[in-house]
Amino acid sequence: MKRFVLRRLGYALVSLALLSITIFVFVRLTGDPALLLVEPGASKADVDAVRERFGLDQPLVVQYAKFMNGLLRGDFGQSFYYRTPVLELYLSRLPNSLMLAAVAMSFSLLIGIPTGILAAVRVNSWLDRAGRIFALLGLSLPSFWIGLVLILFFSVYLGWLPSSGSGTVLHVLMPAFALGWYFAASHMRLTRSSMLDVLGAEYVKLARLKGLPEQRVIAKHALKNALIPVLTLAGINLVIMINVAVVVETVFAWPGIGRLLYEGIAFRDFPIVQATVLLGGSMIVFVNLIVDVLYGLIDPRIRYER
Amino acid sequence: MNASTAVVLAEVPRRASRRLSSYPVVPLAIIGLMVFIALAADVLAPHNPEVGSLGMRFRPPVWQAGGSAAHLLGTDHLGRDVLSRLLFGARVSLVVGFTAVVVAGLLGVALGIAAGYLGGWVDEVIMRLTDTWLALPALTFAIFLAAVLGPSELNIIIVLSCVYWTRYARVIRGEVLSLKEREFVRLAIIAGCSRLTIMRRHILPNVLNSAIVLATLMLGVVVVTEAALSFLGVGVPPPKPAWGLMLADGKRGLMAGYWWLTVLPGLCIMFLVLAANLLGDWLRVKLDPQLRQL
Repeated sequence: MKRFVLRRLGYALVSLALLSITIFVFVRLTGDPALLLVEPGASKADVDAVRERFGLDQPLVVQYAKFMNGLLRGDFGQSFYYRTPVLELYLSRLPNSLMLAAVAMSFSLLIGIPTGILAAVRVNSWLDRAGRIFALLGLSLPSFWIGLVLILFFSVYLGWLPSSGSGTVLHVLMPAFALGWYFAASHMRLTRSSMLDVLGAEYVKLARLKGLPEQRVIAKHALKNALIPVLTLAGINLVIMINVAVVVETVFAWPGIGRLLYEGIAFRDFPIVQATVLLGGSMIVFVNLIVDVLYGLIDPRIRYER
Repeated sequence: MNASTAVVLAEVPRRASRRLSSYPVVPLAIIGLMVFIALAADVLAPHNPEVGSLGMRFRPPVWQAGGSAAHLLGTDHLGRDVLSRLLFGARVSLVVGFTAVVVAGLLGVALGIAAGYLGGWVDEVIMRLTDTWLALPALTFAIFLAAVLGPSELNIIIVLSCVYWTRYARVIRGEVLSLKEREFVRLAIIAGCSRLTIMRRHILPNVLNSAIVLATLMLGVVVVTEAALSFLGVGVPPPKPAWGLMLADGKRGLMAGYWWLTVLPGLCIMFLVLAANLLGDWLRVKLDPQLRQL
C-alpha cells in the first residue's frame, strides 16, 4: 500500500512539473513574454525594465528555476489591474466558485440520478429513449447558450430572476442550472449504465428470489452499489465545474474564478491568466490523486496493477 | 430446396430495409446541408455579412412587427443581416472544426502509435504529457493558449489541435498495445520490416476506424469550444461572422429582448453539434465493435 501511494504521489508530482513546464514553454514560445508581462502600450524602456526584473535575459533553465521557486512560495505575481498579489485575488473569488459549483452539482445530481435510474429500470422503453435524447441534448448544447436563453426567458420576458450579479439565492439559480445541465447528462449516462450492471448482478437476483418487492430491490440493494461510480464522478466533476465555469460566469457576471480568468484576458492581465490555469490544473491533479489512493484503499486489486 | 429458397427470399428484403433504416439520415442531412451552406454562402447570402448600415439596427425577423423582407432574420447592433452572418458562420465553424479535428487527429494518432508500438521511454514521455494535458480542463487550457497566441482563425486551429490531440493519443495507444501482440505484426517483424514500415503499413490501417469515430465525436466538442472562445473574445476576431461571436454581440440586445440575436446562432451550433454526436455514435457502433460497450 505504501509503495502504491508513493507511486501515485510520484505521478502527481510529475504531472505538476509537466503542467508548469507547459505553461512556462507556451508563454515563451509565442515570442517575448516581457510583452505579456507589461501593461499594453508600455514604452520600450518599460519593457526592458521588466525583462531585467524578471530575468528574461537569462538562460531558460535559470528562468524556469526562478519561476518554480516563486510558485512554490505561493508567489504567482502581481495583477496589473488590481495591483494585488494574484493568489489573494484567486482566494477571494474561490468561495463564489465553490458555491456556484455546489448548487450546479445539486441540480445535475437531482436531474441525472433519477432519470438515469428510470432509464435503467425501464430499459429500451420510451422513457429510456427520451432519456437518451435528453443526454444527447445535454452534451450538444453549449452551457453559455443555455444561460443566455434562460436570461431571455426568466429575466427579460418573465422578470422573475435577476440576469446578473450575485448576493441572493435567486442570483445563483440560473448560472447553476446552465452549468449543471451538461453534467446532468453525463451523470445520467453513468447512472444508467452502472444501474444496468448492478441489476444483472447475483445479489440482486437473490434479493428478487427471496421475494422482495421490486421497488425495494432497486432502492435498497441495487441503488446503493450503483451510486458508487456516480458519486466518484460527481466528486471529480465538482472540481472540474469550478474550473470550467468561465463562460457561464461571464454571461451572468458571477464573481468567481472563471470571471477572474475572463477579466485577466479582457484587461490583458497576464499573471491572472497564468495563475488561474496553473491552480486549476493543480487542483484537478490533486483530486485525481485522492481518488486513485481511495480506490487503492478500497480495492486491493488496483494496488497491484503494473 | 423450395424451403431454402423461401428463406433466402424472405431474408433479403428484410436485411436491405434494415440497412436503409439504420442509416443516420437526419444527422447526415444536417451536416450535408451545413457543408452546402458553407460552400455556397457567397451565393446564398443576401447581404455582405461584415457590413451593415447603422440606420437598420436591431430590426426583428420578417414575421415580427417592424421586420422587413430585406432582412429575413433581422439585423444586429451594427445593422448587419443576421441570415447572411449565420450562413457565413457555417463556413467559419466547419473550416475551423474540420481542420482542428484533422490536425489534432494526425498528431494524436502519430503520437499514440509511437507510444504504443515503441514503448519504453517514448511511451512514458508521451503518456505523462497526455495525462497531464488531459487533467487540464480543456476550455481553460484553450483559453490560456488563445490568450497567449492572440485571436485569429489560424491560431484557434492551433489551440484546438494542441488541446485535443491527447484524446486520440490515449485511445489509439491502447489499441496499438493489443495490435502489437497480433500474429500479422509478429510475421511482419520476422519478414524483416522496419519499425517505421510496421507502424505505417500494418498498425495505422487498423486504428483508422477508431480515429474516424473519435474525429466525428470530437467535431462537436471542437465546434462548441470554438464558439466559447469566440464568445469570450479570444477566438475568431470580430468583423468575421462566427456563431460564437454573434452570441457575444447578441448580448447587447439581450436585455431589450432581441431574442433572434441570441437564439438563432445557438440553434445553429446545436444542430451541427447534435448531428456530429449522432453520426459519431452511429459510426462507433458500425465501425468499432470494441467500443460498442462504452
